[in-house]
Amino acid sequence: MAEAHPVGFQWVMEAKRKGAKVFHVDPRFTRTSAVADEYVPIRAGTDIALLGGVVRYILDNELDFREYVLAYTNAATIVSEEFSDTEDGDGFFSGFDPETGTYVQDSWQYEGHEGSSGSGHTAQERDSAAGLTHESHGAPVGGQTRRDETLQHPRCVYQILKRHFSRYTPEMVERVCGISQAQFLELARAWTANSGRNRTGMLIYSVGWTQHSVGVQYIRTGAIIQLLLGNMGRPGGGVMALRGHASIQGSTDIPTLFNLLPGYLPMPHHAEHPSFDEWVDSIRHPGQKGFWGNARSFAASLLKAYWGDAATPENDFCYGYLPRLTGDHGTYQQVLNMIDGKIKGYFLLGQNPAVGSAHGRAQRLGMANLDWLVVRDLFMIESATFWQNGPEVTTGEIVPEECRTEVFFLPAASHVEKEGTFTQTQRLLQWREKAVEPPGDARSELWFFYHLGHKLREKLADSPLPRDRALLDLTWDYPTHGPHAEPSAEAVLREINGYDVATGRPLSGFAEARADGSTAIGCWIYSGVYADGVNQAARRRSRHEQDWVAAEWGWAWPANRRILYNRASADPDGNPWSERKRYVWWDAEKSEWTGYDVPDFEKTKPPSYRPPAGASGPEGIAGDDPFVMQGDGKGWLYAPSGVLDGPLPTHYEPVESPVRNPLYGQQANPTRKMYAHPVNSVNPSPPQEHAQVFPYVFTVSRLTEHHTAGAMSRTVSPLAELQPEMFVEVSPALAGEVGLTHLGWAHLVSGRAVIEAKVLVTDRLTPLRVDGRIIHQVWLPYHFGFEGLVTGDSANDLFGISLDPNVLIQESKVGTCDVRPGRRPIGPALLELVADYQRRAGIVPGQHAPAVTTDDEGKEHGAS
Amino acid sequence: MLPDPNSLYGPLDPAPDAGYENAPPRMGFFTDTSVCIGCKACEVACKEWNGVPESGLDLLGMSYDNTGALTANSWRHVAFIEQPRPAGHGAAPADVLGAPVDADAARPVDGGPQFLGMPGAQPPGRGTGVEERTDFRWLMMSDVCKHCTHAACLDVCPTGSLFRTEFGTVVVQEDICNGCGYCISACPYGVIDQRKDDGRAWKCTLCYDRLGAGMTPACAQACPTESIQYGPLDELRERAAARVATLHERGVPEARLYGHDPNDGVGGDGAFFLLLDEPEVYGLPPDPVVTTRDLPKMWKRAGLAALAMAAATVAAFVGGSS
Amino acid sequence: MGLRTFIEGWPVYRQLTGTDPLGRGAAAKSDVSRALTARTDTADSVARSVCPYCAVGCGQRVFVKDGRVSQIEGDPDSPISRGRLCPKGSASKSLVTSPLRQTTVRYRRPYSTQWEDLELDTALDMIADRILAAREQTWEDVDTQGRPLNRTLGISSLGGATLDNEENYLIKKLFTAMGALQIENQARI
Repeated sequence: MAEAHPVGFQWVMEAKRKGAKVFHVDPRFTRTSAVADEYVPIRAGTDIALLGGVVRYILDNELDFREYVLAYTNAATIVSEEFSDTEDGDGFFSGFDPETGTYVQDSWQYEGHEGSSGSGHTAQERDSAAGLTHESHGAPVGGQTRRDETLQHPRCVYQILKRHFSRYTPEMVERVCGISQAQFLELARAWTANSGRNRTGMLIYSVGWTQHSVGVQYIRTGAIIQLLLGNMGRPGGGVMALRGHASIQGSTDIPTLFNLLPGYLPMPHHAEHPSFDEWVDSIRHPGQKGFWGNARSFAASLLKAYWGDAATPENDFCYGYLPRLTGDHGTYQQVLNMIDGKIKGYFLLGQNPAVGSAHGRAQRLGMANLDWLVVRDLFMIESATFWQNGPEVTTGEIVPEECRTEVFFLPAASHVEKEGTFTQTQRLLQWREKAVEPPGDARSELWFFYHLGHKLREKLADSPLPRDRALLDLTWDYPTHGPHAEPSAEAVLREINGYDVATGRPLSGFAEARADGSTAIGCWIYSGVYADGVNQAARRRSRHEQDWVAAEWGWAWPANRRILYNRASADPDGNPWSERKRYVWWDAEKSEWTGYDVPDFEKTKPPSYRPPAGASGPEGIAGDDPFVMQGDGKGWLYAPSGVLDGPLPTHYEPVESPVRNPLYGQQANPTRKMYAHPVNSVNPSPPQEHAQVFPYVFTVSRLTEHHTAGAMSRTVSPLAELQPEMFVEVSPALAGEVGLTHLGWAHLVSGRAVIEAKVLVTDRLTPLRVDGRIIHQVWLPYHFGFEGLVTGDSANDLFGISLDPNVLIQESKVGTCDVRPGRRPIGPALLELVADYQRRAGIVPGQHAPAVTTDDEGKEHGAS
Repeated sequence: MLPDPNSLYGPLDPAPDAGYENAPPRMGFFTDTSVCIGCKACEVACKEWNGVPESGLDLLGMSYDNTGALTANSWRHVAFIEQPRPAGHGAAPADVLGAPVDADAARPVDGGPQFLGMPGAQPPGRGTGVEERTDFRWLMMSDVCKHCTHAACLDVCPTGSLFRTEFGTVVVQEDICNGCGYCISACPYGVIDQRKDDGRAWKCTLCYDRLGAGMTPACAQACPTESIQYGPLDELRERAAARVATLHERGVPEARLYGHDPNDGVGGDGAFFLLLDEPEVYGLPPDPVVTTRDLPKMWKRAGLAALAMAAATVAAFVGGSS
Repeated sequence: MGLRTFIEGWPVYRQLTGTDPLGRGAAAKSDVSRALTARTDTADSVARSVCPYCAVGCGQRVFVKDGRVSQIEGDPDSPISRGRLCPKGSASKSLVTSPLRQTTVRYRRPYSTQWEDLELDTALDMIADRILAAREQTWEDVDTQGRPLNRTLGISSLGGATLDNEENYLIKKLFTAMGALQIENQARI
């Protein structure tokens, strides 16, 4: 966190000053480790084994916050007797379909709900990254469940959890992660001792956690611990995701993502959602408890915002205009389609996949096979010049005279040259004022897309084609100002907030959303950001003039709430768990919820409220159910649906690993998304043969001095000089083993690429003893590319493409490689070197590793 | 008016001594390295505010330090020290680079994991003291001009370019400096430096222009963890003493102050530090002495004569231009 | 400047007559030093902004003089950052004023070995034509069973995490209306 989010880290230092104990878990000793109380080196890709060990430690020692767990989680809920665990399936839960490599989830459901509330077969959900829709709400589940408040029933979640993690002992943590038992126990003790009624503990991760083939389950494991310890919905608790871009949260809320519409409404699927009603019902799940019962209003209001007068209840608000998914249309599938010549044109909007995405060579070869490419950026980035300066030009794979891609580079306006809102990592929207005009031809995206839209509509004005109606009927009439006719960002924000169609009055919040076409809302979760016609995101009351929650600085979704599910900061009766951790509570005198924050609960629903039988929607949520967006109002220790690779997290090895999974015959996540494409390959891992060809583990991350793919830092002199060259960090032991010298050169080879880097020999990298052998890990920054003031080979070139099944994010935080002294070859010799490694490793381009490994010799777990 | 007897050596409040009547309190920096995260925001914020040019695009291999030293083009410099063992604890205290793996540590042990080449995993300041500590440490320190009470650079400057401000800080006036370079060899810390292209001397001004406007120097304002603290020197010294006491209480006996003592060889620094090891580990001189300490003796012999000559020059000048 | 003022401004005169007999302080202050002001004080305007790098969301104040950014520093009022910035945030002025910034449209023809210039409006027009052509070539009205698809898989887009919410809103809205659904950003990466 000190490394990638230094200013956020001031709060950790502040907590430390007040006596908090800080543990830092990382494969490499970073600037965070330097000031942490305890640094825990870990083998990359084994976080579930570590955290699962903590879960076991909590349950075995009965250190959970029992009152919280009983009241607020699904610990007591009874699960179907058809369910079987990975402990019984050698790494598989019940319901696996080897044909598709996905699960049928019926057997995972709560007892009595088999088949009625589950996702059923999840192959289609994987392709549409359906897990993402749960960013604002839980997956569907039956409202009325059978519970055992004694937690003794063998099929209650608590007992299932206990059995599931029973083998995640300190010894196993040591064997899998390379963390000593003593250090593991210190972490587990500190975490549990600092949680409960009077204290809270916080888990912070950076989004490298998501870049694993089991990334979602990493976060799930963290959430399970935080629920067991009663750290959710309370001040000083929680699972904090440190995201890496100024508005990456915003670009998920108002998504530029293939599978989502604003506010986590799913993009319709051609087979699942043929009609508006079916689409809406798939979101709201009639009969379900919780706030998603109002989904019809949100959906209708979005379509009304898009298509205005043309959208009527009679025509289902132009639902027919929406394009339909048929499968996986994610960025990696797109790149492979580019290589195959299926895609004509590509827009890059402040993004540099030639450096920043996994498998850089595939990215560049894809871009070299387009009809046209539009790059909008501040700087001339690698993704704009791959045809001229890319590594494939040197190897002869891209010949400029033969590369047909037509490239438009359009300069973009910087953050001070336009106004608008960023949503930062805690869901806080902050409005930026414009300081100066953009230089030359530089323009905002707002300008570009607004005027592009007008051009398209002009050109299509006389079109009789039905397909053009969606463009022609679109509401696209934002006021403009200034010399370049810049559209008004405030007008757009107003539409995002939503308004009453008849009067134009801005809505005060999503509770005002209607399903009859009388309201239009661009993004329902942002409704309220323009309440009273005031840009709430522009509020800047000084921190000196308000309390520590600082509710009048910017605006947080939903409803300016700073801590989600904060009803859980009070006990079931509505009283604070402790004075020290007082946050939101029930005021019996006024009969309302009150506190420092906006209560995340219906304001006047008393703690004693119990829903009548058969109640659904918000009415179905009891007065002591704090997790109001969940179908049962509970925090989920066990996820009967919504997570595609299992109701509980399970340790699988990374897709590329030198280690046989010590826990199960199943080596890697069996549901991961794999692409069999000639450009893609996966280095062999046990039980496959030839894993020793790539004996070392590599991981990549950020340096404080640089930003992502480097476009905004390698181009900036005072940053470029601080980290001026690509390097690789290796331990003295590995340096000795391979023959590397400090500040000398090394090259790293994977089945995809070979890259070179200067060598930093440092004790900050630690060889680990794992399952009886020494595992060496090396670390690389991923910021470098071939343009800018400082240049170097790109670490992401080393990765292949394998994705997490829930969200289709690539595994790009861990892989295997070989490390060799000296510089890499250039030209055709470079390709020959990689081909030689592929031959030796038995890699056949176009084939991927077997998904299921339980039939192999690896039955005897941990053989190595 | 005669100079204070301590004008050139010994405890002194330098601004009144330099002729400022009703001078504001002496301002300075307290850099607490125990909370430094080595982010280098100070280096960048300084360059942005003061327009300091690029200082080279070289990978130095000195841990994460690619700045190397305080120079005319780097007025803040963050040093990074990777310490496998505490100073004085056997092999290669501060130089870990390429150190061979300990044969014993590399030998496999039944069962447990092993840290090879990195004896422990505890961060700085946690152990029971430097004597017993065997853990790896990564020390970071943002270095800067010390703004000495007795600033030799200022004393030797023949043009009056270097001067003492009303805040007690030492500043090079770029409109006066003629690039003679006397100040460079005079500085006991090796801070002040000549810029190659223009020949003039440059160093930290403690953001003299910002101070005049009641603002905090750029580096201190940016510093995410309050490692760099700015304020009246008296307050900073109190705060620093309290911080050292706290760290000692928390089992960090190696915490000590550097440059805080008005009785040291430079009369105390306007920019002083809390260190977690000997100054040499950070590249700081252990016992700096103002290089002009002996000036008073010389002045007794030559000073009056020089003043007399200067007065004569004034007379001649006035006469000549009428 | 009168003679008297001139002489009074001379350091040696001040040294001899003033409170700074050693000439190392008040007497040595140069004209430039005396006239020194913080450029934040003399800015024409200050915009309240937010750092463009990571997602912490640190407050920035952007100082403008003569239509140019003269300083960017932390906003002390921000409850998130309390006026502080990391090295990247601190480098924001260098970012937006970098001489490496591309400020004109550049165009690379198919099979060309070099860039050429292009008018912005021409570029916009050409891009619009290419979008319509790609839709024409790759449009899918219905699937094999006659269910609506309403889309083109011939157009892709990547980016948004560094952009404003308002921008992402228009991007998603326009692409959706043109039937392009392969819209992605860093959140997938």
